[in-house]
Amino acid sequence: MQQIFNFVIKNKTFLLFLLLFSIAIALTIQSHSYHRSKFINSANFLTGGVYGTMNSVDQYFNLKTENEILAEENKQLREQLLNSKFQTDSSFIDSSYSKSLYKITIADVYKNSYSSTNNILTLNKGRKDSIKEDFGVMTSNGIIGIIANTSNNYSTAISILNTKSKINAKLKSSNHIGSLTWDGKSTRLVQLEDVSQYAPIKIGDTIETGGESSIFPKGIGIGTISDFESDISGDTYTIEVKLFNDMTNLGTVYILESINRPEILNLENSSNE
Amino acid sequence: MNNVISINTIRFVVLLLLQVLICNQIDFFGFINPYIYIIFIFLFPIKDERLLLLLTSFLLGMLIDLFSDSGGVHAAAAVSLAYVRPILLKSSFGMLYEHHSIKFSTTDIGSLITYITFGTIIHHFILFSLEIFNISNILLILQKTLFSSIFTIILSILIIILFSRNKK
Repeated sequence: MQQIFNFVIKNKTFLLFLLLFSIAIALTIQSHSYHRSKFINSANFLTGGVYGTMNSVDQYFNLKTENEILAEENKQLREQLLNSKFQTDSSFIDSSYSKSLYKITIADVYKNSYSSTNNILTLNKGRKDSIKEDFGVMTSNGIIGIIANTSNNYSTAISILNTKSKINAKLKSSNHIGSLTWDGKSTRLVQLEDVSQYAPIKIGDTIETGGESSIFPKGIGIGTISDFESDISGDTYTIEVKLFNDMTNLGTVYILESINRPEILNLENSSNE
Repeated sequence: MNNVISINTIRFVVLLLLQVLICNQIDFFGFINPYIYIIFIFLFPIKDERLLLLLTSFLLGMLIDLFSDSGGVHAAAAVSLAYVRPILLKSSFGMLYEHHSIKFSTTDIGSLITYITFGTIIHHFILFSLEIFNISNILLILQKTLFSSIFTIILSILIIILFSRNKK
């Protein structure tokens, strides 16, 4: 017993180092698994408050660009409105944008990161605004990520610039689907993997969301094809997608709540059994 | 003694805020960020207990992690740096360390640069290895370590010279 105590006292620095280091490693490993980073995330009172103060200062400097973005979006919405007047008679109704299927909440980006390989955004809306996990995040240009954690007033979202992120996407010109991943290299390019060899791919074509995941509606823009190559096996293509969004410059975003998602998940679970 | 504690507390808070509010947002060339909060570990009083240094480094790293959503990578790197600090001090300052008489404001600049360079490289290598967490991306790890280290070393030395050398 005496010897054990002696050993502990003699090596106390090393033992403390080992203890702290293993706590840190454990938290790191935990954060690498999707949806598990419960303890260490920036959706809490302290960090949210600090980022909020900074954001309110920062917003003044970006007012001009923010205005331009809003004006551009107004223009697009007005065009849609004008065009829709002529379409009301036709039987075709674009149900994916209809209000009853998706609820939209506006949020500010408090913290945007894009320099690491697992980037996470902090937004200023949380459980109080009925934001939950697995809601989609987008801007007027296209998708940005998926909500991963929420606190009362804040939430964090896994950006599409995250090597852990996987989002269903498809070609606009056909219905060939693939999954959108990121290799951690460029903030302008993401990769669309597992696209069938039969897909008609042309550089410059648009990639949009596939609607299979029920997080995002079908047909929200993601980016354009900038390059593509066959896999080693030759069965599938890997496509380099140039994003519509400038991920390094995000101000105001929309959080999408899919009203039908619980129903769809329920149905899928029951049919799996 | 009280003075030392208050100086270090202020340094802790100021470096933490500088790091998360300014340095984490720089993203030079898209991915290069300086991690200047390690200046706190470099300048921690030498006579004090190593256990205290380990604990405060862990706390500092953990807080940086909280702000940057990175799990425990900064905590792990900061604790490692705090643990190897005596070895670095001994190899860079030699005899001065043995006598516990290093004053960062009066030591010659060469030893200071060696000390900070090696410390930064060790810290950044552990940081990026854990952050990327994938041995097949070893080139990316080395690339990030190299570029961020250069940035951090230059900034750290400038900050140390600016703020501690003038009180001779």
